[in-house]
Amino acid sequence: MSRKLSGLRAWYVQRLSAAYITFYVLIAVISMLFNGTPTTYKSWATVWSSPLVSTMTLLFFTALLIHAWIGIRDVILDYVHPFGARLVVLSLFAVMLITSGLWVARVLFNAIN
Amino acid sequence: MTQIAERPRFLNLMKIRLPLPGVLSILHRISGVLMVLAIPFLIYLLDLSLRDAAGFAAAAGVLDMLLIKLGLAVIVWGLFHHLFAGIRYLLLDMDIGVEKQQARASSWIVFGVSIVVTLIVLGVIW
Repeated sequence: MSRKLSGLRAWYVQRLSAAYITFYVLIAVISMLFNGTPTTYKSWATVWSSPLVSTMTLLFFTALLIHAWIGIRDVILDYVHPFGARLVVLSLFAVMLITSGLWVARVLFNAIN
Repeated sequence: MTQIAERPRFLNLMKIRLPLPGVLSILHRISGVLMVLAIPFLIYLLDLSLRDAAGFAAAAGVLDMLLIKLGLAVIVWGLFHHLFAGIRYLLLDMDIGVEKQQARASSWIVFGVSIVVTLIVLGVIW
């Protein structure tokens, strides 16, 4: 796991995920500028029932969670030095990010129906 | 080995005057950590808003609370600061704007653009 997401590869993955996150944010901002923000449950649910929106959002969260993991890992390794504390803090964030991923996948899947 | 232990240390944070690109850099880090911590809360809001009409109203109510509004403003600013600072780092990686004066100028641009875009987006949301 750590060998796969370290060094030059982590550097590259961090930039690739950043590019997609930027693309998604750009689309979100543009669509918000043109359509405004939804004011009713119905219009909001219609947005999220689109397979295109949920697919792009699922990809967005995949990129986001990988980006968040590489970033937070670098920060933790910089500031938390004792081995035990490092393990605990890293594990907490790993669990938080994985749970977030499963959770949002379920939310997006339910929204299609 | 004993030599290394005796190296001088100047770690009084109050005495370190960070240059502008340094301020940008630490804010890139802080905004990143804040956004990571915000992820579960944002997913919770999305979940709540998509449950049913009552859930949508509840989520809108949460977003209308003053403290949440302040937090959201920080997160939106964090997002655009992080994004534009990130683009600046990409350019630096490509050896663009590495000179001291250019690096200072591009830092000012990142601060300015991210605040303007944040205000526009918050203006649309609220």
